Amino acid sequence: MNDQSPIVAAPAVRRSRLSPLNRRRLNNFRANRRGYWSFWIFVALLVISLFAEVIANDRPIVAMYKGELLFPVFVDYPEDKFGGFEATTDYRDPTIADEIEAHGWMIWPPLRFANQTVKLDPSTPLPSPPTWTLSDDQCRAWAAAHPASVPKSYDPAKPCRSVEPMWLGADQGGHDVVARLIYGFRISVLFGLTLAAVSSVVGVFAGAIQGYFGGWIDLSMQRFIEIWSSLPSLYILIILAAVLSPSFLVLLTIQLLFSWVNLVPVVRAEFLRARNFEYVNAARALGLTNARIIVKHVLPNAMVATLTFLPFVVSASIGTLTALDYLGLGLPPGSPSLGELLYEGKSDLDAPWLALSGFFVVATMLSLLVFIGEAVRDAFDPRKAAL
Amino acid sequence: MKADLPLLNVCELSVAFGEGVRRTLAVDRASFALQRGKTLAIVGESGSGKTVTAQSIVRLLPYPAASHPTGQILFKGRDVLKMPEGELRDLRGSGVTMVFQEPMTSLNPLHTIERQIGEIIALHSRKKRNLRGRVVELLTEVGIPDPAARLGAYPHQLSGGQRQRVMIAMALANRPDLLIADEPTTALDVTVQAQILALLKSLQAKLGMALLFITHDLGVVRRIADEVVVMQRGRIVETGATEAVFAAPQHPYTKMLMAAEPKGAPPPSDEAAKPILEARDVKVWFPIKKGLLRRTVGYVKAVDGVSVTVREGQTVGVVGESGSGKTTLGLAILRLIRSEGAIAYCGRPIDGLSFRDMRPMRRDMQIVFQDPYGSLSPRLSVAEIVEEGLVAQRNELSAAKRREIVARALADTGLDPATMDRYPHEFSGGQRQRIAIARAMALDPKFVVLDEPTSALDMSVQAQIVDLLRELQRRRALAFLFISHDLKVVKALASEVIVMRRGLVMESGPADEIFSNPREDYTRALFRAAFAIEADTSGAVSQ
Repeated sequence: MNDQSPIVAAPAVRRSRLSPLNRRRLNNFRANRRGYWSFWIFVALLVISLFAEVIANDRPIVAMYKGELLFPVFVDYPEDKFGGFEATTDYRDPTIADEIEAHGWMIWPPLRFANQTVKLDPSTPLPSPPTWTLSDDQCRAWAAAHPASVPKSYDPAKPCRSVEPMWLGADQGGHDVVARLIYGFRISVLFGLTLAAVSSVVGVFAGAIQGYFGGWIDLSMQRFIEIWSSLPSLYILIILAAVLSPSFLVLLTIQLLFSWVNLVPVVRAEFLRARNFEYVNAARALGLTNARIIVKHVLPNAMVATLTFLPFVVSASIGTLTALDYLGLGLPPGSPSLGELLYEGKSDLDAPWLALSGFFVVATMLSLLVFIGEAVRDAFDPRKAAL
Repeated sequence: MKADLPLLNVCELSVAFGEGVRRTLAVDRASFALQRGKTLAIVGESGSGKTVTAQSIVRLLPYPAASHPTGQILFKGRDVLKMPEGELRDLRGSGVTMVFQEPMTSLNPLHTIERQIGEIIALHSRKKRNLRGRVVELLTEVGIPDPAARLGAYPHQLSGGQRQRVMIAMALANRPDLLIADEPTTALDVTVQAQILALLKSLQAKLGMALLFITHDLGVVRRIADEVVVMQRGRIVETGATEAVFAAPQHPYTKMLMAAEPKGAPPPSDEAAKPILEARDVKVWFPIKKGLLRRTVGYVKAVDGVSVTVREGQTVGVVGESGSGKTTLGLAILRLIRSEGAIAYCGRPIDGLSFRDMRPMRRDMQIVFQDPYGSLSPRLSVAEIVEEGLVAQRNELSAAKRREIVARALADTGLDPATMDRYPHEFSGGQRQRIAIARAMALDPKFVVLDEPTSALDMSVQAQIVDLLRELQRRRALAFLFISHDLKVVKALASEVIVMRRGLVMESGPADEIFSNPREDYTRALFRAAFAIEADTSGAVSQ
């Protein structure tokens, strides 16, 4: 720098948490009350379902047995430890439970069913309805049929007090519906979020390359995407799912093959527009590398479009996963799956609690995501966020 | 109607935007009157409320976001603000019409000009016969050559000046009593500006309509207006007959505006100074491709064999109309677009270097762009914008050291370094242009291309920027390539001048020589239009 220029002190670094533009966006997001509340409800549900193992499980969280502190949720203890003979302990077995209670104590999760726990002494023939809908006669019949399960506090006047509660009943296989919903919600949302994250990384990258460099790269990739996206993706998913043994990762990969394309046009258009902005030209004149220009100057423009799309991408992938599960081509049997629950509900119309609970969870989840998406769209609306 | 009543009488007009605590007053109790057949000019800088005032006359503001807390607008004795919708519609198309600043966006790109003009006539008159004849008549009136042949033309097939003529034809279609022209020449070249002003003047004389002229350019006011209203931040600070106001301005703001013309003289041309940048026979040709196989059938010669030498501490001004290739030349010299011809920086040839090899050279060669709103990323703070080049070019510097350099660059360009953590939208246009200059200066370059750095700014700010640039040049012995269509600014800065037209150099040489004694007809016409706002009739300039 020039010596003649006056000596000036730079002000101390001020690390503002949010730029004014982002603060304005946050306010716009909050202003959409429905979307804002949906966001927090969704976050709360997600956090709860992430702790599914300690909320709905067929093992105690902590147990004390003969002076030893045990964590059955995290550690598999062989049953011979408690005088049984199975490889893994069935804590719901009255003999084991009594044995542990006799030599210590245990703390159960609020719900004593895991996703795959089978109710061995169902209150009615399976699928059994929610326990609060049972009549006293049904409860007495159950007590008579399963004398081993009847607790000591059994009161013939109020027999239903002694039936183990199943709030939304049990399905065809004797699994608790609430536990299935909690685990199913978790895997659906995690699947949706992972797929959305990975496909937007791939999509943004592809769109960025196309838009920024243009020319032949753009032209050839556009033609490829046109052909690729005209493939009937659901049929190919079904075929692939039939050939490969489906698992979480396999399904994710198969869906990724098609879902990355969704974001490309938006990002590409933003890049085509932004690459000729004067401040991008100015950055070029300052000698910045292409990678830096893309990341620092062009990508933020494309992020708006990407973020706006994201909640809808999440809900679309959850929808596809549920559809595959419904068709029986999704996650392997035994996985906590909302689609499978819906299928069971359809095939067993006498048990409306299956279809209804599945429907309400899927509908709520997708609606929350759409509401969040609307609020995000509002937040990034340039007419509302204009400075 | 009584003869003594003014055609338009605006009394105590206020315009407010927003509601409650966020309400801002854009116009504060403005009053003026306009007589039949006269011209009134409203002058002011951007944000002074002149356009808002004009638009309220035909109630074109975005109601109910805008409101009028006080005032009335009497047009022929009727209060426009209280008119019912139907009457207002009649008023808009036939009583009062408007011509806007941007002729490209004011015309619908999907319709032919015949349809657009015809629609206006058909809407407001019952005579539907011989529409075409009437349109041709109007186009002749506004000076479109061979109007019958241009009827089927779409707006993009016309030049900027012709588009503005079409706009005027539409405005005149129903013979209004009042024509409001809102900066009708700002987006046009100086030569075209002079033609449009001459046209408006002659049409006014012929049709006897009143003209309300909105502008920021005092030169234009002086040439066209009978009376002038000076506005500053929503208030009228001075009104009077044009002659009187120009002869003896009363209000300090008016005096400031009049004194705001770029002044000062550049250093004289010095052949002995060290050449910083030399370019020989630079060509930028864009291929025109046609047919299925995209064969090249010809070229658009944006820059066609231009040679230029920029010396240490000197400014070369590049002038010309829009489309003459000035900006393309600047970008080519900085190697930001592909070009042919030899370019040397300090004797070292740079025309063969790749984008990657050019990167270290960028430290010494910088550019300042025209639009201070577009050239600063809205997402970065001022400090981040200015230090960007330092991060890219001198990564050995610590963050604290970089901030120090940024602070000094901001102080050098007349900004308070304490504002460096703010974002661009908090600054005015002039301040933003200073930030853009600081960004270029932070790298301590030797050669700077200034691409119309003053065109988007208000007149008084232009003068400040010109002074700033001259001061920076003197202190640092900078070499400038100054691209501009504004000859007044070029005259104040450039030691040498290159006059370009359609990619070719028309004339070049020391500035004082060219300004005092232009050789080419084109240069003469350009100067006459710029300095005297006189239209050229010899055909040396385009329409």
